[in-house]
Amino acid sequence: MSSAPTALVELDGVSHSYGGPTVLHHVHVGIEPGSFLGIIGPSGSGKTTMLRLVLGSLQPTEGTVHRRPGIRIAYVPQVETVNWNFPITVGEVVLMAGAPSWRRPWSTATERREVAVTLEQLGLGGLEDRHIRELSGGQQQRVFLARALHRKPDLLVLDEPTSGVDVRTRHEVVHLLTDLHRAGMAVILTTHDINGLAAHLPRIACVNRELIAIGTPREVLTPDVLERTYGAPMEVLEHGGMLLVTDSRLESA
Amino acid sequence: MIADIFEPFGLAFFRNGLLVATMAGAICGLIGCYVVLRQLSYIGHGLSHSIFGGAAASAVLSVNFYLGAGLWGLLSALMIARVARRGKIGSDAAIGVITTASFAIGIALSNRFGQAKKSIDAVLFGSILGVSVGDVVAVAFAGLLAVAVIWICYRKLLFATFDAEVAEVSGINVPRMEALLMLMLAVTILFTMKVMGVLLISALLVTPAVIARMLTNSFARMLWIAPSIGAACGFTGMLLSYYIDVSSGATIILMASLVFVVVYAVTGTRGRRNVAGLTHDH
Repeated sequence: MSSAPTALVELDGVSHSYGGPTVLHHVHVGIEPGSFLGIIGPSGSGKTTMLRLVLGSLQPTEGTVHRRPGIRIAYVPQVETVNWNFPITVGEVVLMAGAPSWRRPWSTATERREVAVTLEQLGLGGLEDRHIRELSGGQQQRVFLARALHRKPDLLVLDEPTSGVDVRTRHEVVHLLTDLHRAGMAVILTTHDINGLAAHLPRIACVNRELIAIGTPREVLTPDVLERTYGAPMEVLEHGGMLLVTDSRLESA
Repeated sequence: MIADIFEPFGLAFFRNGLLVATMAGAICGLIGCYVVLRQLSYIGHGLSHSIFGGAAASAVLSVNFYLGAGLWGLLSALMIARVARRGKIGSDAAIGVITTASFAIGIALSNRFGQAKKSIDAVLFGSILGVSVGDVVAVAFAGLLAVAVIWICYRKLLFATFDAEVAEVSGINVPRMEALLMLMLAVTILFTMKVMGVLLISALLVTPAVIARMLTNSFARMLWIAPSIGAACGFTGMLLSYYIDVSSGATIILMASLVFVVVYAVTGTRGRRNVAGLTHDH
């Protein structure tokens, strides 16, 4: 598959097991600069494992992960994993991702200005001193996106960015990610949400312990690929130029 | 009457004790913020028991207290950190096994080699007596070390404490940060246990930090409030200890507990919700 030397991250024949059976088998995927990839698959299919291999928090048991030297990767975890009771303000969350200084623990005026600009861009202007629990669902999601963006990453990695959020927040997140991608940032994410998120992305990878298919929504959102991915027959409809996957099991996921 | 109040300040051991108790309160408050937020309270509790074994062994082998108990404590801290990270047999059970075994060794050695009961009481519950200038210097060193480490690694420690997984991905060596935290914890316990006592020091690690958490939603402010409360409790508790003739560890913890009750009542639902949040499971 993609072996272009320009790839930001490339999984080259990568397999992984957590000591038991192989959870991800022989995956080849290249993430080019400016790409926008969504990974879909049922629970336990190896989506998060693939994400962690890209991030480098897991090492492959087979194959190689190539990362472009000096690459900056930023990660936005699932909001459900965040400790919302930790004593931390919005400004402190974003600042923790800044370059640590040996000379002083506090932030400089320049850093605070940069944080204010990042927060402003994400519609969080003036909320620096607010505790993270005191924000709306959409704002909470965006705080962690702000922390990731503060690192000025080449590649933004998100785990289930629309899981556990309401419809309005989902729209906000999708638009925000689309804007970032348009501005030239590479984005990779996992999602359960085919119709609300994956179908809007330029490229989708279908995973179920192996890479079933990768391509544009029109190439991979087909009954055949979806059945091989989810192990159940699915219907693909077209509505107003958009693809719509129907399956009662998925809709409740 | 006024002369009576100032009477103990004329005694060198009391001045040393007061200085050590105040500094111990501040250091425990500072390190306690990380202990409480990382939910390491039980490790702090276990580690102090473990260090007691090292202290007893040093006495029997005539090794310098800080060297012997320090090495023993460091070894225990690293073992606990490793077990807590792997967690296959349940970190709380492993901590229980390692540290109580060490504590039992301490008791056995003290009994067998005939240390006076008074001296064991002093180690367990803290004593103002016998606090030397050397102890003052040792506690000051522990304080400087803690402040220096937190100063230099502030963001890395905060990131690793708040969100270990993302911190690791962002290039922070999380196991190293955890080891550093364990080292600071061991050094703090080792250098403050004479005044606080093995059985009571874990309360000084937890209570000021919990009070600070009730009072603020900012991590940076918590790092100021907790040591201030710890120092105030150390100072007033030590004074009280002299006047009512009760062990210093007990009076200091009673002061901290009193502040806790007052703040708990005054901050109402908000404070209680903040403290409830400290049991959040990552």
